[in-house]
Amino acid sequence: MTPPQTESHDYPPGDFAMWIFIYAELLVFGIFFLGYAFARSQNVELFNESQLHLNRTSGAINTLLLITSSYFVVRAVAAIREGSALLCSRWLFAAIVLANLFIIIKMFEFSAKYAEGITLSTNTFYMFYLSMTFFHFMHVILGMVILVAVMLKARKGGYSDKQYTGVETGASYWHMVDMVWIILFPLVYVIR
Amino acid sequence: MQYQSQAVAKPYFIAAIGLFVGQILFGLILGLQYVVGDFLFPEIPFNVARMVHTNLLIVWLLFGFMGATYYLIPEESETELHSTKLALALFWIFLVAGALTVLGYLLVPYATLAEITGNDLLPTMGREFLEQPTITKIGIVVVALGFLFNVTMTVLKGRKTVVSTILLIGLWGLALFFLFAFYNPTNLVLDKFFWWWVVHLWVEGVWELIMAAILAFILIKTTGVDREIVEKWLYVIIAMTLITGIIGTGHHYYWIGTPYYWQWWGSIFSALEPIPFFMMVIFAFNMVNRRRREHPNKPAVLWAMGTAVMAFLGAGVWGFMHTLAPVNYYTHGSQITAAHGHMAFYGAYAMIVMAIISYAMPMLRGRKAANSEKSQVWEMWAFWLMTVAMVFITLFLTGAGILQTWLQRVSDNPEPFMVVQDKIALFYWMREAAGVVFLIGLVVYIASFFIGGEEKKATA
Repeated sequence: MTPPQTESHDYPPGDFAMWIFIYAELLVFGIFFLGYAFARSQNVELFNESQLHLNRTSGAINTLLLITSSYFVVRAVAAIREGSALLCSRWLFAAIVLANLFIIIKMFEFSAKYAEGITLSTNTFYMFYLSMTFFHFMHVILGMVILVAVMLKARKGGYSDKQYTGVETGASYWHMVDMVWIILFPLVYVIR
Repeated sequence: MQYQSQAVAKPYFIAAIGLFVGQILFGLILGLQYVVGDFLFPEIPFNVARMVHTNLLIVWLLFGFMGATYYLIPEESETELHSTKLALALFWIFLVAGALTVLGYLLVPYATLAEITGNDLLPTMGREFLEQPTITKIGIVVVALGFLFNVTMTVLKGRKTVVSTILLIGLWGLALFFLFAFYNPTNLVLDKFFWWWVVHLWVEGVWELIMAAILAFILIKTTGVDREIVEKWLYVIIAMTLITGIIGTGHHYYWIGTPYYWQWWGSIFSALEPIPFFMMVIFAFNMVNRRRREHPNKPAVLWAMGTAVMAFLGAGVWGFMHTLAPVNYYTHGSQITAAHGHMAFYGAYAMIVMAIISYAMPMLRGRKAANSEKSQVWEMWAFWLMTVAMVFITLFLTGAGILQTWLQRVSDNPEPFMVVQDKIALFYWMREAAGVVFLIGLVVYIASFFIGGEEKKATA
């Protein structure tokens, strides 16, 4: 049996246009990371000193949350491949709940820094910390919007075991959001 | 032509070309004033010539965008324009207001112009590119609102396509950001900060959407490639344009008194601004390679591909050249900027307007699809003359800019501005010569419209 003509390919999974978008996003983060590395090399002491003031516990919790949510998204893709739209939407819902927790914890972190009077202009380290984590924060929100859209469509029976490109597309984006954090967290919070 | 109301595009295109001629003539005057300082002084001082040169550019491009919209929207929406009368009335209002403004620049001293037009009531004058008297600015807003009302109503009653939606977002954005022309704080930092919201967010933001939409329209029409493929490309290009372009505004904020983080933000995001332009190159070539028909209008395809390439070079490559803060520290406001400005405006915006004129004009003048073979050959000669001339203008200005940056800023013994200007005069002379070739190309371009003959037949 030939599958219906969709945008589905074996690799990369999901819509190719999303992958162009993902590559572009990775490029922006990549340049940020390089910029961070360069700026740090110019002033290692300042970076090491400022880094100690970050809340590594909440960063670590957030890392776990995102990795777990990515696992749930994987389960959602597996579910739709087996034709269970209901299960797919439930796994997606679970992922979205964790993403919400990430957002809440991150907002506590931001507000704590704000209360200390820390801004983009405090020093170069905080400029990078705030820019990169905020930029990532916005991506988590965008990723959540995408996951919600996919979940709603899955609930309405918009996907099947033959036609699930949309789920893969959303999942690809979410994994990108997760992966960037997995680099961002050790880079900014831990490595010294 | 599929819809009668598309005909309103014609006067817009003619006016655009007419103003384009004016822009080039003043460009040549200016170019000469770089080397013969008192040329035409006191009749046309340098600052006035520059103002006319840049203002005419903006106005003729706006005429071109509006003409393009009036041509493209009925066809995309599959319905007649909401009101042809309104479109024609706005045409005359805009043309007369534009002409009066330019006459004002030329006939009375700028300070007097400010006084007669009541600038003190709502001061908005005296800023680069936004020199127009406040009353003209209000006129621009009125014309823009009428225009947007007209096309939005048309889109709403007809078929909605990605091309028309993106065009509309671009046009609404254009009008919205122009409103910052009325915000004129006394704090110079704030003034400059928001001035760029008009200037940068136009040319490196919403205008790119307009350009991409027009380019997509021409490519759909001339190549017969599936709309779905074109639309997917458009989405990705637009996303990249906005991701890089909006925060990329920061590359103007390095040295105007804004916080330090703009040097990083501006550098990082604007370093990526070439990407959407590069995507447009890939897009254009891809579509032409996948074409399902040989459109008889060769120059239209040439302009469309040319604009993608030249926009990438002018805006992308020449922009990147001086966009990183440590580089810009030396090159800021030098002839490097002028080089970039020339090729970017020509490549991205002058050429896209000429592309849509090239595609639409034969139909607007009652032909089926294309001009005669002979007329097309003339138009393609014009394309090459103008484009090659612009490449040379850009290269000579780049040479001047490198030398200027070195002598005036980088060297161990920096020399004064005017001393350096004398030393780089040779580059200015060569730029002027290239400018003359550009004018010849423009004359050939206009001549191509007057060459008749049998219409070229489609081959497949």
